[in-house]
Amino acid sequence: MQAAAMQPAAWPRRDASATRLLHVDPGAGRRTARAALRHPAAVTPGSSRRRGFVDGRIGDLRVLLREGDLLVVNDAATLPASLRGVTDEGAAVEVRLVGREGEGGGCWRAALFGAGDWRQRTEDRPPPPALGAGEELRFDGAATRGEDGRRGRPDGPLRATITSVDVGSPRLISLCFATRGAALWRALYRAARPVQYAHTARPLALWQVQTAYAARPWAVEAPSAGLALSWELLLDLRRRGIAIARVTHAAGLSSTGDGELDARLPLAERYEVPEETVRAVAAARRHGGRVVAVGTTAVRALEGNARSHRGRLVAGGGTTKLRLGPAMRPRVVDGILTGVHDPGTSHFALLESFAPPALLLEAHAFASERGYLGHEFGDAMLILGEPRKAE
Amino acid sequence: MDIQGRGVLITGASRGLGAALARTLARQGARLALVARGEQALDEVAAAIRAAGGEAHAIVADVGAKEEVYPIAGAAASLVGEIEVLVHNASDLGPVPLALLADTACEELERVLAVNVVGPFRLTKALAGPMLLRQRGLVVHVSSDAATAAYPRWGAYGASKAALDHLARTWAAELDGSGVRFFGVDPGEMDTAMHAAAVPDADRRTLARPEEVACKLAQMIGDDSIPNGARLEAAAWTAAR
Repeated sequence: MQAAAMQPAAWPRRDASATRLLHVDPGAGRRTARAALRHPAAVTPGSSRRRGFVDGRIGDLRVLLREGDLLVVNDAATLPASLRGVTDEGAAVEVRLVGREGEGGGCWRAALFGAGDWRQRTEDRPPPPALGAGEELRFDGAATRGEDGRRGRPDGPLRATITSVDVGSPRLISLCFATRGAALWRALYRAARPVQYAHTARPLALWQVQTAYAARPWAVEAPSAGLALSWELLLDLRRRGIAIARVTHAAGLSSTGDGELDARLPLAERYEVPEETVRAVAAARRHGGRVVAVGTTAVRALEGNARSHRGRLVAGGGTTKLRLGPAMRPRVVDGILTGVHDPGTSHFALLESFAPPALLLEAHAFASERGYLGHEFGDAMLILGEPRKAE
Repeated sequence: MDIQGRGVLITGASRGLGAALARTLARQGARLALVARGEQALDEVAAAIRAAGGEAHAIVADVGAKEEVYPIAGAAASLVGEIEVLVHNASDLGPVPLALLADTACEELERVLAVNVVGPFRLTKALAGPMLLRQRGLVVHVSSDAATAAYPRWGAYGASKAALDHLARTWAAELDGSGVRFFGVDPGEMDTAMHAAAVPDADRRTLARPEEVACKLAQMIGDDSIPNGARLEAAAWTAAR
């Protein structure tokens, strides 16, 4: 099947409840996908019922989920992770923070981008200047200062020193900022912007890439599946006996436009699973409820954690390199609430942890035809069937 | 609620009631994110708390500026972790010397509303989300008797505080039963720089010391029996309730 690319959402929705939701039941899907493979002509677009597709709105979670189910969100706030700077030699460079390294908050893994701006796709931008350990980068925050000019004296630029360059990719560096603590956060929030996307109508502001429950700023790109969730909906789900729990997962860059580097994504990412979430998962299991992760980053935290503890979810933090995909059989998570992604993208392959590719292709074609929107601010898909059998 | 080890964010923490509350809560073991515009004064408050063995971080920001809200929330969460108590204490008095509404510039009223109403709304929006997820949290709005009585020349300030009171009540009504609580406090007349700016010829002996009011406010924060959405008066508060 040749899949048409999904129309990207060019701007965040003002009203999250307008988000469309496609429910895909992998159980129903498996049965019909087998039939479709045998008789492709028999499955025409629109015969959604046969394939277990339900075309609705995000608010339908009220009925698609049921008492005893558990929704697990990634509560990481989104950092302004994109810094424009200059090298010692005066060459312009964009640095995107990828993930914090070590304790203290001053040192980060980061990716370098060459000249150009958010209007260009990253793959169309020239490579960054070659930089080595010991070189200093200077980021001038003046450009992002308030327009009224009312506040404050001009700060000195934020500075960082490159501590190492990845052996596999000259774009991937480690750096340490010259300041720490509150002063670093202040400088970072002044100098940096959220990572931008070529498909948005205008540059995104920091508040447009935050979920309704964003807490610690660990994510360098928004855990975007959660952008569709309003408190109106979340509180209503709770009233209906659907539990909501959290993990914090340091979502990294979705892509750099550099094929070799992108093939290595995601890099190791930090996560934290609180004790109350471990208890909530156990309670859901005990009562036959289903565990639904909001976004692939919540999956990575839960499944990465379980894999570090012989299949058991254990409270605490860690890092994970877990790659979702057809080979990853979930041990904790039964289903996923996700954006709608094009076949061939890495994100699409991640969903193969939850449903067979033939069914995902059909779901994509169905959503595309119905006018679903893709990317960070687009529509949603719930891949969820019946609960796993107790192991 | 035992404040020991809890993350608390206080706006307007560089002087007056905010600074006194910071010192009081720090002594009780709270972990503090302190917000104010004045860098030097704020740094001094935070440094004094740290020197006394407490934990305090100085976040220099303007709560009235839209683009500074997520930077405040992000820095506070990074430095302190979970913010369990949010105290909206920062206030803008409006035109000084105090002016009749007829002589108040529209921009002055807008600035008062930005700092005293819209800023707290935005900051609560940014911090109540994670509180709701955890099903616990407390948001305190510092009000004024100018919110209920129409004092000549206090129009901009009074209108903003009346709006703040109503905002607090509505937050409480909407999120009742969620585990996140709200209350407002009228601290009464205190011997602070703001009071001196408003009433330069006041008899300071008649004014409460911010430390005394901070002590009462700390007791209120620790008292889980205060009804959600209540508006309290510090002058009428006795610890042995």
